Amino acid sequence: MKPYKFSNFLSKSESGPGDGGRTGSWRVLRPVIDTTVCIPSKTGKPACFNCWLYCPDAVITKTIPPVIDYEYCKGCGICAQECPANAIEMQDESQFAPKEK
Amino acid sequence: MNQKTSILNLTEDEWVNPGNRACAGCGLGIVYRTALKALGKNTILVVPPSCLTVLQGLYPIAATKLPCLNVVFASTGAAATGVRAAMRARKKDGVNVVAFAGDGGTGDIGIQALSGACERGDDILYICYDNEAYMNTGVQRSGTTPQGVVTTTTPIHGKSQVKKDIPAIVAAHHIPYLATASAAYPLDLYDKVKKAITKKGPKYIHVHTPCPSGWGFEPSQTVKIGKLAVKTGLFALYEMEDGDFKLTGPSLSALSKPRTPVKSYFDAQQRFASLDEEAIAQLQHQVDQTWAGYMG
Repeated sequence: MKPYKFSNFLSKSESGPGDGGRTGSWRVLRPVIDTTVCIPSKTGKPACFNCWLYCPDAVITKTIPPVIDYEYCKGCGICAQECPANAIEMQDESQFAPKEK
Repeated sequence: MNQKTSILNLTEDEWVNPGNRACAGCGLGIVYRTALKALGKNTILVVPPSCLTVLQGLYPIAATKLPCLNVVFASTGAAATGVRAAMRARKKDGVNVVAFAGDGGTGDIGIQALSGACERGDDILYICYDNEAYMNTGVQRSGTTPQGVVTTTTPIHGKSQVKKDIPAIVAAHHIPYLATASAAYPLDLYDKVKKAITKKGPKYIHVHTPCPSGWGFEPSQTVKIGKLAVKTGLFALYEMEDGDFKLTGPSLSALSKPRTPVKSYFDAQQRFASLDEEAIAQLQHQVDQTWAGYMG
């Protein structure tokens, strides 16, 4: 007989993304980065990264150019507000929806 | 620890997963992400019911990658003491025991547990994110709700009492480190958390956290509103190391510059809609007096 182990009966959550589902579906406006204006993308050097710093959901990468994970981006628009170069534009999500056949 | 962190040398490690249940534009998202970056892997979190419990996730998925203990509302400080005692018994030094609670769980319901932990001198870090009402249950007034704010339990005319100064209550326990920070200045928060975990004994950080859904502003304005609160002088950023009070970062530079009128902060949010010109002038006078004290 296996020894009794209390920890087998504990409910324990496993870490993983998407606890709230695909939160990208909450989005009404989609942030789109214009890489010709974005400071690190334009110069090719690590600089700025304000969008990465202020994103509440950690969906923007600290890379050149910064990449937004649209699967989970909730579309709050903080990145567009905090971008010093105004390189992020909030575009209507409906234009990215798949076209009906 | 004097060297300030910049965006470029801030760690890329993430301890919060995307796709959590926080509202779009949640100030707590920024606070939690940044604070966990500073705390690192060797951390145990103690969380009472709050917006953070919602953010943290429901079984079977957790939105954080760190071990986290969900405890009852009134016991955050006591539970953190217990976790620290368990770590001591297992001879695991160097583990950060961090209580992460909302303003209600800190200043109203959990204040006796916090006071007890501070008085006993337990080696814990207590972070209070102050969104100035019970947001998770639907915007009810709390002790830290500022005067004049309309909530669901203070409708039409707004709250008539003044905001409770929790950092001052905690400072009265003469703890080794106490600081205030803001979600709008994550690097400042990061430095303060880093500094706090180097100290032994109880540490307390009070973080001003804008809440788009509860305060009535667009989610994109979270950081702007947070910065406005600091620039108007309504929320001062300071730290107290062994009782030495000093203003930090943007609040320190605000000493020599003229402050933004508080009206611009009130006008940007729906929750201050009940304030008339007279009340705003009165609140401006209060802020001016507080800052005259800082300059003193």
